[in-house]
Amino acid sequence: MRHGGSMGRMGSGGKGGNPKEGRYYRSRAPMKTLKRLLKVMHEYRFRILLVVILNITSSLATVGNTYMLRPVINDYILPLVGKQSPDLSSFIGILAVMAGLAILAASCSFAAARIMIYVSSGTMKKIRTDLFSHVQKLPVSYFDSKQHGEIMSHFTNDTDTLRELISNALPNLISSVISITGVIVMMILLSWQLFLLVMVHMTLILFIIRTVGSRSSLFFRKNQGELAALNGYIEEMIEGQKVVKVFSYEEEAKARFDAMTENLYHVASKANLYAIVVMPILGNLSYLHYTLTAVFGAYLTIHGILDIGTIGAFLQYTRTFTQPINQISQQINTILMALAGAERIFDLLDEPIEIDEGKIRLVHAEYDANNQLVETSCDRGFCAWKEVKEGEVQLTKLDGDVRFNNVSFSYVPGQLVLDDISLYARNNQKIAFVGSTGAGKTTIVNLINRFYEITEGEITYDGINIQDIKKGDLRNSISMVLQDTHLFTDTVMENIRYGNLDATDEEVIQAAKLANADSFIRHLPNGYQYMITADGENLSQGQRQLLAIARAAVKNPEVLILDEATSSVDTRTEALIEKGMDQLMDNRTVFVIAHRLSTVRNSDAILVLEHGKIIERGNHEALLEMKGRYYQLYTGIFELS
Amino acid sequence: MTEKRSRFAIINLFKYAGKFKKYSILAPTFAALEVMFDILIPYLMAKIVDVGIANRDLNYMVRTGMLMVGATLISLVLGVYCAKFATISSAGFAMNLRRAVFNRLQRFAFPNIDRYTTASLVTRMTTDVQFIQQMFQMLTRMFVRAPMMMIMAVFMSLTINRELALVFLVAIPVLGSVFYFIISRAHPLFIKMLTKIDFLNRIVQENLIAIRVVKAFVRHEYENEKFEEAVTELRQAQLRAEKLVTINMPVMMIVMNSCIIAILWFGGNKIIVGEMLPGMLISFLTYTQMIMISLMLFSMVFIMFVISQASVHRVEEVLEEEPTFSDEDGDPNLTVKDGSIEFRHVDLSYAADKSNPVLSDINLSITAGEKVAIIGGTGSGKSSLVQMIPRLYEVTAGEVLVGGHNVKDYKFKPLRDAVAMVLQKNLLFSGTIADNLRWGNQEATEEEMIKACKVAQAHDFIMAFPDGYQTMLGQGGTTVSGGQKQRLCIARALMKQPKIIILDDSTSAIDTATEKKFQQAFRENYQGMTIVIIAQRLQSIQDSDKIIILDDGKVVDIGTHDELVERNLIYREVYESQQEGSLL
Repeated sequence: MRHGGSMGRMGSGGKGGNPKEGRYYRSRAPMKTLKRLLKVMHEYRFRILLVVILNITSSLATVGNTYMLRPVINDYILPLVGKQSPDLSSFIGILAVMAGLAILAASCSFAAARIMIYVSSGTMKKIRTDLFSHVQKLPVSYFDSKQHGEIMSHFTNDTDTLRELISNALPNLISSVISITGVIVMMILLSWQLFLLVMVHMTLILFIIRTVGSRSSLFFRKNQGELAALNGYIEEMIEGQKVVKVFSYEEEAKARFDAMTENLYHVASKANLYAIVVMPILGNLSYLHYTLTAVFGAYLTIHGILDIGTIGAFLQYTRTFTQPINQISQQINTILMALAGAERIFDLLDEPIEIDEGKIRLVHAEYDANNQLVETSCDRGFCAWKEVKEGEVQLTKLDGDVRFNNVSFSYVPGQLVLDDISLYARNNQKIAFVGSTGAGKTTIVNLINRFYEITEGEITYDGINIQDIKKGDLRNSISMVLQDTHLFTDTVMENIRYGNLDATDEEVIQAAKLANADSFIRHLPNGYQYMITADGENLSQGQRQLLAIARAAVKNPEVLILDEATSSVDTRTEALIEKGMDQLMDNRTVFVIAHRLSTVRNSDAILVLEHGKIIERGNHEALLEMKGRYYQLYTGIFELS
Repeated sequence: MTEKRSRFAIINLFKYAGKFKKYSILAPTFAALEVMFDILIPYLMAKIVDVGIANRDLNYMVRTGMLMVGATLISLVLGVYCAKFATISSAGFAMNLRRAVFNRLQRFAFPNIDRYTTASLVTRMTTDVQFIQQMFQMLTRMFVRAPMMMIMAVFMSLTINRELALVFLVAIPVLGSVFYFIISRAHPLFIKMLTKIDFLNRIVQENLIAIRVVKAFVRHEYENEKFEEAVTELRQAQLRAEKLVTINMPVMMIVMNSCIIAILWFGGNKIIVGEMLPGMLISFLTYTQMIMISLMLFSMVFIMFVISQASVHRVEEVLEEEPTFSDEDGDPNLTVKDGSIEFRHVDLSYAADKSNPVLSDINLSITAGEKVAIIGGTGSGKSSLVQMIPRLYEVTAGEVLVGGHNVKDYKFKPLRDAVAMVLQKNLLFSGTIADNLRWGNQEATEEEMIKACKVAQAHDFIMAFPDGYQTMLGQGGTTVSGGQKQRLCIARALMKQPKIIILDDSTSAIDTATEKKFQQAFRENYQGMTIVIIAQRLQSIQDSDKIIILDDGKVVDIGTHDELVERNLIYREVYESQQEGSLL
């Protein structure tokens, strides 16, 4: 009740909002998770302790204030009844004490809340940052095995519920427990006879929460299932909205949607009923308790066992004590759900990160007077691999010589994707891979920059096993243009500069010219300052690919990998890019994967892959001569799927 | 979109309660009745203390006690029904709202669809609607209940003791205005916080989608910095917003305790001089509590109004989006007679102010049964041109005729049934292959389906799946390869038995040999059907009756292959570049 509900829920949607199968709603090990959460909050431990103390003080002051009703009525009001010119000074005195307690309670509660938002926002910041930087370190295989909607939901839904937990649910739970304890103690002190009623009441509350709760969670699960199905359908239909139009499928879509919403309606009205019906039941139960306390208390007073002041104070307590109990019963579910969210976050934080045991670094180098390679701090245009062996520094010039020696690889153990591949590529060479989808072309490039680790064999780079090279440096020496182009929300200029943060504007423009992107960029409003939004959806697929090529070009790498980089560019533009590419490829090692054979024709070597094996290799002419698979592909006898 | 919208925007949506309106009125009515009975209880309690105890009248106490129990039980029944009605009405409301949004989406024209991203529409239909449903339920239960409780409690205390009730008349406005002040100040701060969350999520989303780029360029440090900055901004915004709200609780405690102390003092004095009895004093204290709780509930309802605003606006925006064009003026009896197409001085611009035309002054005439190819560079307007044939986009100027009539004269359904289109970015849906194919024609027989698939060169690979035509496809058709997907999409379009079929670069993943087989089979089986092809490979379109060359939104040349090779420089250049290595 403190902050008016979870506001974060409306934070941007994104996908993954719908509970998918396999996501669990309640925590599996609440205490363990809670402990770990507290560990995360370790730096705030004193503040949290302070918050707890302040909350205890505030609750006790509040509870104590209500107790004051008894002396006020019994000792300061009733004895004075009918007296002429009664002495009110002590009456004023006790009211002043009450005022003092009230101020104490209010200021403690205020201070606790203030400190708590500091703690909770700090914790959330820490968790978000940890999560993000951990995700950056996860291996590519993790991202390939998960939908990004799923990973995204850890950042949106799970952190949201966690925030709710830390800033509302947990503090409320703590102060509710403190208040209840305080109230129960006071009630026992006031009258153990009336407390018997309280015990009956509490048993009833637990019973009701139990019965309704179990039915409620049954319908809740059903509700979530229907909702997930409906949301899935919505997602699909919105995704395929244009296809719906083209096939004038609107009426059919509506009919199916109507049926699904109808189902949801029936389940949802039941599920929600069980969720909220507890409130009027418990609320009225509390009035019943109030009534019985009044009658029973009055009866005891007649018999001289109790007095009016005690009844007054007790009645107030019966009203205050149900509120925190209601709250706890409502919060328990929230807390369990939030802890489940926390568990999912911790699971992600526990995902093993990419291993990087390589020691060999990439450094700038130059030749000294004796024509020996030495490390230098400034950029002389070339780099070298630096290896420290038994204290001795060994430099190898970065050249872009890549070799595969009997490399085998499988994503799933036992299912070889690449089978005993050997190949070599030297500086100034263009190597092309041709083969069907699933033949292993993209896998080869995934291995060169160690997105995946090979299962068997060895890949060397300038004679060094790539396992020994520090991953960041390895990747820095390779530029990739990937099959799917991805851009960031930023200007065109910055998107290209992503390839090399140190590039000047001129270098960026130069790279764009090389990729033949310059002319279309200049036609955009604001040219290079044009803002790209939502992964560049305002650009055509071909334009996006040109930007990706420019981004790779600005990096000025030793090894360049083009994975279907021009698949959406029309042939004329492609021909133009190729001219630029010739310049780009000059003095580099280039790997090309292409569907269109026209783009691989001028390669130094073309490798035809089938079922993970290289079945033919040679240049264009030699392969045609061979009249094998390449010939069939080229003449259209065989289909690439 | 720019006009300032009301904080109480959710009220505008109440009309979607439809046939559940009854329940959305019954729920607050029952809540109000429930409050009436609740409110009696402290009053009756006061009677027990002041009459029962004072007179030592056990009989009176039991009788009054029975009254109280009766009131509680009635109130209980009313409360349960209120909950029931509230859930029925909110679930029904959500159903109607979802349907309204979905129906509106079905009426969207392509330009409408282009205005929203898929993700944003999905959010509006899922998260936002769910949120609004919760708000609606809360509102039906609380919106009447909370003020009613306050009014009744004040009324009862006025009945008991007019002068003492003055305490409330001071406290309520004070607390009310403090709440109002805090909430209205906090609202813009929370909105700011939400935009920061959106910003943060966007960074994460982009990062996840582009994780290979991040890794390939070794940019995790850079990304971490970007994130750190956003997360720090979020924390500051959050602190600013929540700080304000932390005042709520202490203020409420202070006001409530001030009331209690004032009541004890004034009430106590009244008791001393015999103007009041102690039971009345105690009932006053209970009323204080009721009033404070109702005020707090009311402020919560108010907060809900405010925070539901953004969701409501997002949903309303869709509901209010008028289709940029519709088929209202179409003649319901008009059907497409043949597959002829004519463009007369057609301009097309996607901009509202008709600037930056994508196509200008297009004139074309295609006879039924012809094979027509359109070629042109990236961004030359090929897709835009063909999308005007089934009226997916509306001409900005000029007219498009299909079967001798302006496309505007048809209803959408007969027009689009006669003009099948395979989109560049095509989709299959989850379900079996047969389900997907039947999109083209619900009533198609097995034979018709197999015929279409054989022509589209899809039959063989479909039969190679263990379940054949009953093979399940994942969402987006993830279980088939790119080339297979394209062939399924072509088969789906063929099943419509259209007069015109348009292939918008939809054979790019199919090899030349297969494409040739398809074209041959198509000629044999679908004589008289006009086919319009956008393609990159000239090989597959050389035998077209007409080849249209587009450049920068204009028709540069129209002719047969031989004519174009002869006279068109661009065509020859492309042809030769593609010819070079080919042995055929």
